[in-house]
Amino acid sequence: MPEPLLSVRDLEVSFATDEGVVQAVDGVSFDIGQGEILAVVGESGSGKSVSAMTLMGLTRSPNARFSGSAMYKGEDLISASDERLQDVRGAEIAMIFQDPMSSLNPVQKIGAQIVEQIQAHEALPDAQARERVVELLERVGIPRARERIDSYPFEFSGGMRQRVMIALALSCDPNVLIADEPTTALDVTIQAQILQRIRSLRDETGAAVILVTHDLGVVADIADRVAVMYAGRIVEQGSLDDIFYDPQHPYTWGLLGSITRVDKPRPARLPAIAGLPPSLADRPEGCHFRPRCPHEFAKCTEVPPLEARVEGGQHLDRCWLTVEQKRSDREVLPGEIGLRSKEGAPA
Amino acid sequence: MARFIVRRIGQMLLVLFAVSALTFLIFNVIPGGDPAVRMAGRHPDPGQLARIRAEWGFNDPVYVQYLKTMQKTFTGDLSSYTTNVDVVDELRKRAPRTFALAIGAAIIWMLAATAIGLYTAARAGRFADRSITILALVGISMPVFWVGALMNYYLGFKWGIFPNGGYVPFADDPWEWFYHLIMPWTALSILFIGVYSRVLRSNILDTINEDYVRTARAKGLSERRVMYRHVLRNSLIPIVTLWGLDFGAVLGGGTILTETVFDIQGVGQYAAESIGQLDVPPVLAITLFGSFFIVLLNTVVDILYAAIDPRIRLQ
Ligand SMILES: Nc1ncnc2c1ncn2[C@@H]1O[C@H](COP(=O)(O)OP(=O)(O)OP(=O)(O)O)[C@@H](O)[C@H]1O
Ligand SMILES: [Mg+2]
Repeated sequence: MPEPLLSVRDLEVSFATDEGVVQAVDGVSFDIGQGEILAVVGESGSGKSVSAMTLMGLTRSPNARFSGSAMYKGEDLISASDERLQDVRGAEIAMIFQDPMSSLNPVQKIGAQIVEQIQAHEALPDAQARERVVELLERVGIPRARERIDSYPFEFSGGMRQRVMIALALSCDPNVLIADEPTTALDVTIQAQILQRIRSLRDETGAAVILVTHDLGVVADIADRVAVMYAGRIVEQGSLDDIFYDPQHPYTWGLLGSITRVDKPRPARLPAIAGLPPSLADRPEGCHFRPRCPHEFAKCTEVPPLEARVEGGQHLDRCWLTVEQKRSDREVLPGEIGLRSKEGAPA
Repeated sequence: MARFIVRRIGQMLLVLFAVSALTFLIFNVIPGGDPAVRMAGRHPDPGQLARIRAEWGFNDPVYVQYLKTMQKTFTGDLSSYTTNVDVVDELRKRAPRTFALAIGAAIIWMLAATAIGLYTAARAGRFADRSITILALVGISMPVFWVGALMNYYLGFKWGIFPNGGYVPFADDPWEWFYHLIMPWTALSILFIGVYSRVLRSNILDTINEDYVRTARAKGLSERRVMYRHVLRNSLIPIVTLWGLDFGAVLGGGTILTETVFDIQGVGQYAAESIGQLDVPPVLAITLFGSFFIVLLNTVVDILYAAIDPRIRLQ
């Protein structure tokens, strides 16, 4: 593997809150290279957004604590100064946010909002900056871009606003694009179009894409590699095929078992994983998934490290079971991966 | 837009009519309101009273008296019952004083409140924020006449830092004009500074958590630019509305106490004096003056609001 573009090591983020210290991200490590799409999946609250935003310093606040590193072009983003991060944000690393309805300033024209980013990083005259915005809007598929550049966000539908957000993210040709659930708020057809845009962007510019999502359908569609997060930790990480055809962590089995599938009759599908994820202010000791896991045993009270247990070395997971145990236990029906329900646990 | 303005003018005429008719009626029915008795002096004889009544038209039905008075107001030959001074001339002379007081105070309270709102929002929950919160509450609860009297006594009379009341026209001496207005401006602004800075502080703290502010940061803008272009601007929108409305209300009667305490001799003080003497013509004219500005500023605010917030459409 060539030198990665972005290399995150042991990232930890915690927030001091009234309920105690919330450990939102706990030892996240991953690499991403040029032109690669890394999908980060996990249930709501597993720390996906916090991890993503921390890379750009967007979670910095007086009650937040950070440790670990995120090396980008030989420079650590976690310890970088605010001024340095301002140069990186938007220009080198850009982000598309979860909710397009609220992510644009409601009282400024969309064109002006994009021009503002361009001019924050390049000394470009207004006319040229506007010209670039028109091109960008056309590129993300906004019809009559020249007229719509002076529209306000409320004059756009959700899908159109998300395209504006993508145009904004692309406006300075970033090397890394972080898309935090870019399609969750949109309907299915628009979703497919937006994903197509992100993929073609990767093809055209060679940007690395970190795609945060909880939709495994999206992952299967677009990702090269996948990181599965649970309660602030990456519990499994590997290529798309590793994760879909040889998943090692029981949590991943659960996720795969709960995908909505149109090719199987209903009763053959398993219910979603029973139980709830732990509170991040008070997490179980050892493996965080232990209370919900039907395969729990004595060793699980120790924290399993994220390491390669499968032959090959690129497929990492955090589960103490042996690879053989995993391969037999995950099969709930012949040829079908899933997670059994835990005895005694409420369904 | 044209339809909006026509409708607003219609509404304004209606309001002015209702307000003036009501004022006229009230002064006609309150006890001791008979102007002829007061014009005739201490011991009037019946003949004299009758003559005054006939001459001033006090025997006409109320609505005729009202219409005549209104006509005189607009032709500019309405005189006071007590001083025989032409009311419209008097208003014209006094209006600049009230404008100077109101406009100056409005600028001061807006600037001061913006600065304090920004400062306290940036230090929310810390000592500076808490102490200023208490100060603002004190400011909100102090009546103008009391603050004004204290300022006048200590700063004006006792220590002689500022002139002890009065007004100097700008054209006569700009510095003296400014110097004389410092205390009245301050006294009139205190309440508004207290209220506005609180409202702005909470608007800012709400806006700062908006997703679009995070987007602004993610664009790589400087913290300053994020704060001014995105947070402050959006937080000020509701305040600008409030500002226009309050400015109208101040012009339309909100300066009565301040003018009286500092002897500014503007429209507000004129109102206080005329009401004290149950002098209907000036009261009527001042009421019209005040309501005109209140309604006007309401309209201006609506237009302005639509201009700064594109989501609002005039209808
Ligand atoms: N500023 C903060 N202060 C305190 N807690 C926070 C803060 N930001 C995030 N958290 C907590 O961190 C945890 C992880 O949140 P995060 O937004 O990363 O989840 P997520 O995986 O993106 O979930 P979703 O799928 O719902 O977007 C949540 O429990 C959240 O409440
Ligand atoms: Mg999220």
